[in-house]
Amino acid sequence: MAELLVKNGFVYDPLNGVNGEKMDLFAKDGKIVDKLNGRRKRIVDASGMIVMPGGVDIHSHIAGPKVNAGRLLRPEDHYRDVEPKTDKTRSGVGRSIPSTFTTGYRYARLGYTTVMEPAMPPLLARHVHEELNDTPMIDKAAFPLLSDCWFVLEPLQKGLIEEAAAYVAWAMEATRGYAIKLVNPGGLEAWGFGRNVRNIDDTVPHFNITPREIIRGLCRVNRLLHLPHSIHVHTNNLGKPGNYETCLETMKCVEDLAPSDSRPVIHVTHLQFSSFKGDDWQTFESGAEEIARYVNTHNHVTTDMGQVVFTDTTTMTADGPFQYILYQLSHNKWVNNDVEIETSAGIVPFTYKRSSFVHATQWSIGLELALLVNDPWRMYMTTDHPNAAPFIFYPKIISWLVSRIAREKLLNKVSKRARHKSLLPTIDREYTFYELAIATRAGQAKSLGLKDKGHLGVGADADIAIYNVNPEEVDPSKQYKRVRKAFKNAEYTIKDGQIVVKKGEVVKPVDGRIFWVKPELSSSRMEISPKLKEAFEDYYTVQYENYIVPEHHLAHSHPISIKTEV
Amino acid sequence: MTVISNVTCPVCGSLCDDLEIEVEGNNITNVRNACGMGESKFLGYASHRPSNPLVRKNGELVKATMTEAVRKSAEILANASYPILYGWSNTSCEALSAGIELAEEVGGVIDNTSTVCHGPSVLSIQDVGFSTCTLGQVRHRADLVLYWGSNPWSAHPRHIERYTNFTEGRFRHSEWHRYISTLSAYRSKKRAERACKLTEEIHEAAAETSTVLEQPRRLPSSLYEKERKMIVVDVRRTRSADIADCFLQVEPNKDYEIFQALRSLLRDEELQVDSVGGVSVEVLEDLVDVLVGCEFGVLFFGVGLTMSEGKLRNIEAGISLIRDLNQYTKFMIMPMRGHYNVTGANVVSTWQTGYPFAVDMSQGYPRYNPGETSVVDILSRGESDAALIVASDPVAHFPRESVKNLVAKPLIVIDPERNATSLFADVIFPCAVAGVEAEGTAYRMDRVPLPLKQLVKPPKSCLSDQEILCRILREARRIKKKAGEAMANG
Repeated sequence: MAELLVKNGFVYDPLNGVNGEKMDLFAKDGKIVDKLNGRRKRIVDASGMIVMPGGVDIHSHIAGPKVNAGRLLRPEDHYRDVEPKTDKTRSGVGRSIPSTFTTGYRYARLGYTTVMEPAMPPLLARHVHEELNDTPMIDKAAFPLLSDCWFVLEPLQKGLIEEAAAYVAWAMEATRGYAIKLVNPGGLEAWGFGRNVRNIDDTVPHFNITPREIIRGLCRVNRLLHLPHSIHVHTNNLGKPGNYETCLETMKCVEDLAPSDSRPVIHVTHLQFSSFKGDDWQTFESGAEEIARYVNTHNHVTTDMGQVVFTDTTTMTADGPFQYILYQLSHNKWVNNDVEIETSAGIVPFTYKRSSFVHATQWSIGLELALLVNDPWRMYMTTDHPNAAPFIFYPKIISWLVSRIAREKLLNKVSKRARHKSLLPTIDREYTFYELAIATRAGQAKSLGLKDKGHLGVGADADIAIYNVNPEEVDPSKQYKRVRKAFKNAEYTIKDGQIVVKKGEVVKPVDGRIFWVKPELSSSRMEISPKLKEAFEDYYTVQYENYIVPEHHLAHSHPISIKTEV
Repeated sequence: MTVISNVTCPVCGSLCDDLEIEVEGNNITNVRNACGMGESKFLGYASHRPSNPLVRKNGELVKATMTEAVRKSAEILANASYPILYGWSNTSCEALSAGIELAEEVGGVIDNTSTVCHGPSVLSIQDVGFSTCTLGQVRHRADLVLYWGSNPWSAHPRHIERYTNFTEGRFRHSEWHRYISTLSAYRSKKRAERACKLTEEIHEAAAETSTVLEQPRRLPSSLYEKERKMIVVDVRRTRSADIADCFLQVEPNKDYEIFQALRSLLRDEELQVDSVGGVSVEVLEDLVDVLVGCEFGVLFFGVGLTMSEGKLRNIEAGISLIRDLNQYTKFMIMPMRGHYNVTGANVVSTWQTGYPFAVDMSQGYPRYNPGETSVVDILSRGESDAALIVASDPVAHFPRESVKNLVAKPLIVIDPERNATSLFADVIFPCAVAGVEAEGTAYRMDRVPLPLKQLVKPPKSCLSDQEILCRILREARRIKKKAGEAMANG
């Protein structure tokens, strides 16, 4: 099959310790190889350019019922940003929640090749996969929302970890999911009757369980199942002043569950939203220092930024109660969708303004976290798309990470009060291209346990991004605009060894695969199914057989079998 | 004889998926668990389906091969400047997906039946948002259910028994005993009244009373209890009203005023009038108490709101009331979607184009402006020059002016039945019935996706909608490519 040679680029491959070395890369049959034999090969001349593994986005809301409800909610957002049909690409609309074809093309243009949809309501998994099928160019996976599912809460409340694990294993396969997602654990079940939980030791009404027990329980389940990614957690009290304490408690509560091989056991996502200090919006300030200090001294945690950009966007999370509060604060139109037995969702359009003290502080918090957490392998660049910003703003954030001046320039234009309180003036650190490669691809792939992604070693998927900026000639600190421009439109995006984007244009539309996990249980555990089937009719309004997403429903299914301890 | 279980019913928005179908050979012989509509569809589908594609030649519809029909259709669409592709709500999501790609290729407008049904609901959501849930939440938690401008007993027969007051939930018990007794009592009362009338002379007064709205002086005490309660609000007494704890008869076209009055009362404002929409303010005040006093309420609404005066403003007011109620208690709102996959049509259209209906692709990218790009309006202005109608019957339902313009231009119909629209068609494709003869996906009224099964095989000449559309698309692409090359060569 196709052979490809990427010549003479400056390669950044942190998982293999390659730091800007000028070298050639070889790809054959969709994989990186160490040499090419054939005479017929395509040659890409990457001289004077940066070569990195294709981008990996660990947390981006691109597909599913709430994403689609967001699309429906915002025709006014779409009018501003259209993508005409070309002879190679489908038409679409964009801005904060692009239509599915447009989502795939835009990620590819940024040099991304793998994106994770982080919030899949299990009952509606079929919908998520249908949208993922229609999202071209990138490989994808989705995380089922399990932290408020009755089939999880009930066994965990009784301390039956293995029973909970058997259920989670079934759910992972039935929904073709990849990782265990927790959102405001316990709070979403409380929201079923309009309530919430106040901290991780608050009791969930009717279920007699606390968020702490849910988080610990699912963390132990995750270990028993050996899932490739750790539990992925959106903390309780998200978006509330003073919530940095809840965030610390959440990270602390699983400290003792970290195995001796020191693989992280918890991923706290969009950390910015959980790093608020203060008692109310008047005394609101950054808790980034405290959070970073904890993350720096505890290896069992990985995180991602959730970086705010000053723009008009759409917030959407499974955190129904939080989204209601956001509606009350902003008086914007509000969509809520509670999903029986399992979870909820809320959507509110939102504009982050430079002049707002709170928004400007939030902007500062995200960057403070990225710069104060020392280990780039445990802090990734995201915007929780589209919550803190649409993903098309990634190049802008990159410029803030690599350049102090870029940060300063914007800092001088934000709310004065926020500027005076910001820690940014005291921080000199600037990301190197190597660290950038970790924060936007290598680190994310490693945390996700995607063995063939995020690196360019032999055997990796040949997903390569080439950016037209010369690290020997360009000083990112001063020439951040050059860097931003280069990362905005990849010179080449290569997917499975095929050139799919050239100079920011899609030249070859491809479909990606959907990755999902298939945990293998011991034969004695298969009996969960009959018990589950019985309870199904009592709980759900759909039949057991119709709930399961058949594998053939995924256009390109890529199952990963896992041996478990259950 | 085989029994196929867990079959999804392709009729109404309730999308019941617990049907059991008995199949002998290639025939459906028995249906269990379905309501009357579902059973009649499975036992009598495609009863008048043409056995072959038909093409109109010299004014007459004659048999044609699939190839010929596909070519003719592709020619019509590819050569049109502003074709419309309409329907979609009675077929699978996969068919719509092919339809969208076709519309994009030929630069047409793709619109679904929302445009004459719950389109206003969609428009309201885009204005003010929506507080809703999946039906299981209602089943487990709801202690107050309102059906407003909707008659589930007739239109969504199993809705109440599967999702609302007759179901058993984790936090609520089923109320069917109580309702059956209420219904019996009510029927007995009616019988007694009728018996009295038959033995009396008929006075003119009887004629007068029919104009007085049926209303309680105050709301019944059962509405203040903890068990499941049902309120029906409508302009006339329906079968659903018979089983409700309370039926409120309202004046036609006054729902907007009533919603806003309720919102005012919720904010403790005083109303300057004695009644709104024919309902006394005392009753409205009671109603607000009931709404606020429940633990989990849900308002189901139908075309009674979307197609009466005010249309989307009615829904907006309703959504706003529900949103306001969430300050006090948990309250949801949900549209009672009619066709079994109109929700799917909205959902798929939204994720692929960004817009739920009335999507105009003529500029090369999706445009949405209901009133301008909605098919009824395009037709009434006579702007389209060709039409593809799938899974719907606009000639039977659209305004006269629109129908006149629809049939005056080339018309392609894909449908398993002969209907009013197919009488005027230039090309007819008899297709396999989705959910019976062809598989696919459909979305329930609460946006839960469910699989449609293939239970029996369709006749050889009847392909699925999806397959027919894919063939037309391929042919249209070929025609456009050829035309493009011809132009390039001068």
